[in-house]
Amino acid sequence: MSITAILTAALVISVLGLVFGALLGVTGRVFAVPSNPTVDALRECLPGANCGACGFPGCDGYAAAVAEGKAEVGACAVGGPACTEKMAEIMGVSASAGVRMVATVACQGHGDHCAQKNYQGIHDCNAAALVDNGTKACQYACLGLGTCERACPFDAIHIDPVKKIAVVDKEKCQGCKKCVAACPQHVLSMQPADRVVQISCHNPGKGNALKEKCDKACVGCEACVKACNFGALSMENGVPKIDYDKCVGCMACADACPTGAMTADYEVRKEAYIDADKCVGCTLCTKQCKFDAIEGALKQKHKVLGACTGCGACAAKCPRKAIVMRDRRAPRNKMDKVKKAPVAPAAKPAAPAAAKEPEQKA
Amino acid sequence: MNQILTILIGSIFVNNFAMSRFYGICPFLGVSKKLDTAFGMGMAVTFVMAVASLVAYLVNAFLLVPFGLEYLQTIAFILVIAVLVQIVEMVLKKMAPSLYQALGVYLPLITTNCAVLGVAQLNVTEGYNLILSVINGAASALGFTLSICLFAGIRERLAVGNMPKWMEGFTGALITAGLMAVAFNGFNGLI
Repeated sequence: MSITAILTAALVISVLGLVFGALLGVTGRVFAVPSNPTVDALRECLPGANCGACGFPGCDGYAAAVAEGKAEVGACAVGGPACTEKMAEIMGVSASAGVRMVATVACQGHGDHCAQKNYQGIHDCNAAALVDNGTKACQYACLGLGTCERACPFDAIHIDPVKKIAVVDKEKCQGCKKCVAACPQHVLSMQPADRVVQISCHNPGKGNALKEKCDKACVGCEACVKACNFGALSMENGVPKIDYDKCVGCMACADACPTGAMTADYEVRKEAYIDADKCVGCTLCTKQCKFDAIEGALKQKHKVLGACTGCGACAAKCPRKAIVMRDRRAPRNKMDKVKKAPVAPAAKPAAPAAAKEPEQKA
Repeated sequence: MNQILTILIGSIFVNNFAMSRFYGICPFLGVSKKLDTAFGMGMAVTFVMAVASLVAYLVNAFLLVPFGLEYLQTIAFILVIAVLVQIVEMVLKKMAPSLYQALGVYLPLITTNCAVLGVAQLNVTEGYNLILSVINGAASALGFTLSICLFAGIRERLAVGNMPKWMEGFTGALITAGLMAVAFNGFNGLI
């Protein structure tokens, strides 16, 4: 190939490139769209994961929506409270940090509790769920084959190798809800991250027959609903539903549950302690306590008994700030509470037989 | 006149770019979730393909052929197409921001869309003159628009339908596209 040919080719393409480049430059000037500095500033705050958990198409979409006023500042679960604060500053609004929600597993059907069938098949919960009502004795169980683990982009949910059910790492969970959508058994749901009680079974059936399938099943006895003194429990679809706005974390429901389906983080349970030096015996706390766990008459020093659940209602009410919530010394003893004075039985009327006899004799 | 009609029928129905030649499958699958977006995409592609055919013909006839540089057709055409798509993007961003948002990343993907390069190469291979090249470009794009709009309509219907879980999303879409392609086979032998 002669040098002329190569040069011609190079020249032609270069000229073409230059002409088109100039054309683009001119068009760029003519059709320039000024970029909104607010949107740029908001976009800087966002983490850039483009996960879509906020409900907008990527971080750009969310920044644009907030700038237009179509969205609130707190929707980014990945950015968290820090991001929300920065965005609130830019937009000039006060940031009310919402409750952080994390994924929650509503099943304890592992090992000894729920029998496992011998499954030889595709290692995916979607496949296992199609076979014979699932591969565990309870058809609502977590199948432990890792579909949720694979769906999580933050490495926050794992299948426990011994238990073979899903376990969520609350610190890593960003609340993107991808695992909730991926689970074919609907075992996962979003619950507040700071909760201390949760229902760990979502079997809607009732009756003790359920315990044959899993001994940690919720049998629908409603003992928890009755045990709750704060109105936080109700039954929905055959399982209890906790209203976390009302729940104070007393764990009385978990105490009352006969099967252990209602689980609580007992390690963080507190107990009330009354500082005897500060207590003046005003009985405000005894009236507050819904568990009859504080004894003491008026003007007497009050004492907290073993039935205390650590709900903290008394500490909030004490006018002398004499009550502190401290780590428990012993597990809760439901029976160690204030004994109510026995009610005297009504006086029986005179025995009618004694009245009849004199009549017969006469 | 006869030739123009043949080109029109041929490019729109018989040799439909998406259904028979399988060009432009990326936007075909990516932008066909809603009918409005699909139509907008179709219009953008029509404009790009018509103008690209025109400019490509001019570049080929006046720059490449006289200097014996036919082997540079691919590069030159891609240059032309890339510039055109950039211009379309800038114009859309200014004039129709909602369409720009809706098309998203699929707008610059028209550049790498083999349909546009394909039609430019086709014009050269068939030896069309300027008028016929532009007509072929526009007609092919209209055929593409037809197929993408039909597909979008079906997909909108599938989205609200009662599909088994394994058939949701792309699975159902691809099976549908395949069936559509079989249906378009019916035009064979028309011209």
